[in-house]
Amino acid sequence: MNSHDSTGPASTGGAAPVGADAFLKGAAPPAPSTSPAAPVVMDKPDPVPMEKLAAVTTAASGDALLRVTDLQVHFPVTQGALVARKIGAVRAVDGLNFAIRRGETLGLVGESGSGKSTTGRAIARLLEPTGGKVEFDGRDITHLSARTMRPLRRDIQMIFQDPYTSLNPRHTVGSIVSAPLKIVGDLSGDALKARVRDLLELVGLSPEHLNRYPHEFSGGQRQRIGIARALATHPKLVIADEPVSALDVSVRAQVVNLLGDLQSELGLTYMFIAHDLSVVRHISDRVAVMYLGTIVEMADRAGMYEHPLHPYTHALLSAVPVPDPAKQHRRERILLRGDPPTPLNPPAACRFNPRCWKAEEVCRTVEPPLVEIQPGHQVACHFPEERELV
Amino acid sequence: MTARPEPSAAAGTAAALVDRHYLDVRDLRVTFGTDDGDVRAVNGLSFGLERGRTLGIVGESGSGKSAASLALMGLQRGRRTTVAGEIWLDGENLVTASPERVRSLRGRQMAMIFQDPLSAMHPYFKIGDQIIEAYRVHHDVSKKVAKKRAIELLDRVGIPSAARRVDSYPHEFSGGMRQRAMIAMALSCDPSLLIADEPTTALDVTVQAQILDLLNDLQKEFNSAIIIITHDLGVVAEIADEVLVMYAGNAVEHGPVQEIFSAPQHPYTWGLLSSITRLDRTRSDRLRAVPGNPPSLIAVPDGCPFHPRCQYANLAGPATRTERPTLETVAPGHRVACHLPVEARVRIFREEVAPSL
Ligand SMILES: Nc1ncnc2c1ncn2[C@@H]1O[C@H](COP(=O)(O)OP(=O)(O)OP(=O)(O)O)[C@@H](O)[C@H]1O
Ligand SMILES: Nc1ncnc2c1ncn2[C@@H]1O[C@H](COP(=O)(O)OP(=O)(O)O)[C@@H](O)[C@H]1O
Ligand code: SF4
Ligand code: SF4
Ligand SMILES: [Mg+2]
Ligand SMILES: [Mg+2]
Repeated sequence: MNSHDSTGPASTGGAAPVGADAFLKGAAPPAPSTSPAAPVVMDKPDPVPMEKLAAVTTAASGDALLRVTDLQVHFPVTQGALVARKIGAVRAVDGLNFAIRRGETLGLVGESGSGKSTTGRAIARLLEPTGGKVEFDGRDITHLSARTMRPLRRDIQMIFQDPYTSLNPRHTVGSIVSAPLKIVGDLSGDALKARVRDLLELVGLSPEHLNRYPHEFSGGQRQRIGIARALATHPKLVIADEPVSALDVSVRAQVVNLLGDLQSELGLTYMFIAHDLSVVRHISDRVAVMYLGTIVEMADRAGMYEHPLHPYTHALLSAVPVPDPAKQHRRERILLRGDPPTPLNPPAACRFNPRCWKAEEVCRTVEPPLVEIQPGHQVACHFPEERELV
Repeated sequence: MTARPEPSAAAGTAAALVDRHYLDVRDLRVTFGTDDGDVRAVNGLSFGLERGRTLGIVGESGSGKSAASLALMGLQRGRRTTVAGEIWLDGENLVTASPERVRSLRGRQMAMIFQDPLSAMHPYFKIGDQIIEAYRVHHDVSKKVAKKRAIELLDRVGIPSAARRVDSYPHEFSGGMRQRAMIAMALSCDPSLLIADEPTTALDVTVQAQILDLLNDLQKEFNSAIIIITHDLGVVAEIADEVLVMYAGNAVEHGPVQEIFSAPQHPYTWGLLSSITRLDRTRSDRLRAVPGNPPSLIAVPDGCPFHPRCQYANLAGPATRTERPTLETVAPGHRVACHLPVEARVRIFREEVAPSL
């Protein structure tokens, strides 16, 4: 198995080392400071006093397939070529609490660098968490070794963004799709072949494609191959990291439909990572919004899109243009100034405070905990406020 | 630029355009010779655009959007590349103009912004020096004057502490700042035609909103004609005055933005609108995806290029499979290329398409 395969979870067989590319990312010069927290388009509303800082609850989740408690993933930042000295840490994921019920789709959104992919990789145990706990199907998998994790690999699979780089160009479709089955090792010979044919059919590819190579397929077809590979072992949880972002409109719609069909057919549970808030609205039962390694708001679909509470969610939703010129020109827009800051050096207390138009002294001194302030609707803000933005 | 007259050229489309526009594209064809055959990336495209207006071009990958815009900029000049037709900019035909002439217009009258700013900027030179260089190509001024201009421009596009950041290298900027810097470079000569090819696709929505806002403001300020190429119909709704829908190298529908969204007449436009997820509503469980994939541009289907994927092909008579429909005006400024009778299109949209949008 060559290095190319290491993007596929089934073939890494264990916690991936901290990647070089990520070190590069971590070492990149920090975004220059920009004009501070200028209140932009909006009037400042009266602060809503928060009396309920008490109960930090995870969503009431009767039958959780996945439960994540205080998950942290920090990457060391080092300096020095020969003797690497640790000079700090990128707090890519910094204390997440959530659960996903069986058969449910949880959408994970946020700007780039907010920690979405890292969260997905930590749950799939392609990374070892720095802290906290990941429980899958009632079992603590946080620190399982590569070998003890192996039997669980069949249950947790990932689909990746880039259908061009996540498939080994020198392997046939048949060998790509059968690789996870071979690792799990309970099918061989004709039974294995038959299973692969079934899988190709399941994702809308012709079984004749078995002996062809990835470059002979379009982007949408390649993504179908990636999906077939992920489904090969009958996983319970599928973590899809930007699975349709690289696809064109009509192909994207086809793949979105396919993911939905497969979920109802196979009873899958999805964690759907995307920066596209409209795809997430379509596909998710519940949505979590991440900002600099933390969840700032989590709610069911209607709650998130129709009654969002966190200022950052407001800014995100208002920034997405809707395909209706008349409505779009009437919509209220919140323009955030500057770039997302880096998780190398996150702001104290509320991490959003330098960009927040509602920030007050307390936001710079006390970190707002994620609390449930309506049934099933959690938010981490000292001044949550319902707004209609879409 | 080689202008090989095409015997098969549909002369009708060009002749239909009698008005003069600031930008007038007539029967534009861009063909790439490859070992597998000729790729007809742009295949008879015609449209006009005035100053102060923004045209959004939408269409799937490979529909010829970038090929067309590179041709407009005179940047389409491979050995096996042929550009034919007419591109009139302010009364001057760029297809027959000399390469030197086109180069001098580029940067003075027209400029382009790309999806990936890094590809348009040299990684080893300071941002400011690159803008200064671009500016001095067309303006006989000292370095000092040009630098002052560069700082003004960076400041104008919203780079904080521009006087200091002018000496930064591209990698020291975030994606959004690089995109701003590229816009600053493109603006250094007050272009009257600005083409932006997927300018926000690589950016976060928060940064995208800033960039779209900036383009809007700049247009008001400079009164340029802007062409923005995008996959995102939301971006089009936000920024465009008119929309051109491309399919297989040609325009299938072109009209005022309001009309394209509220009364589109081409089945492919319906397909695009039906297949997208929307922020503003929860749609039914399954999206109405356009089936299949865009055609190969080496062997474009006969008749209407969309017919293998069109669910209304059978309603349009045999011509749908044998004759390429031409763009016909259906309302002021609104043109559609489809064999279906107008009444049928209006009815189908109202009864079958609109209810599920
Ligand atoms: N230099 C070239 N040689 C051969 N074929 C080319 C060349 N440039 C573009 N093409 C082909 O021309 C067609 C149109 O390409 P173009 O880049 O304009 O598409 P597009 O609409 O911009 O797509 P995307 O949205 O993916 O960028 C495609 O089939 C493409 O493969
Ligand atoms: N292996 C790594 N080493 C150092 N930093 C990393 C590594 N992986 C990710 N990061 C950093 O962690 C943050 C979150 O990354 P990621 O989860 O990839 O974001 P997203 O998927 O939301 O775009 C980013 O700042 C990124 O640069
Ligand atoms: S807690 Fe954070 S998000 Fe809430 S008002 Fe204060 S700064 Fe804004
Ligand atoms: S001409 Fe025929 S195939 Fe083409 S869009 Fe119209 S109905 Fe469909
Ligand atoms: Mg990511
Ligand atoms: Mg393109």
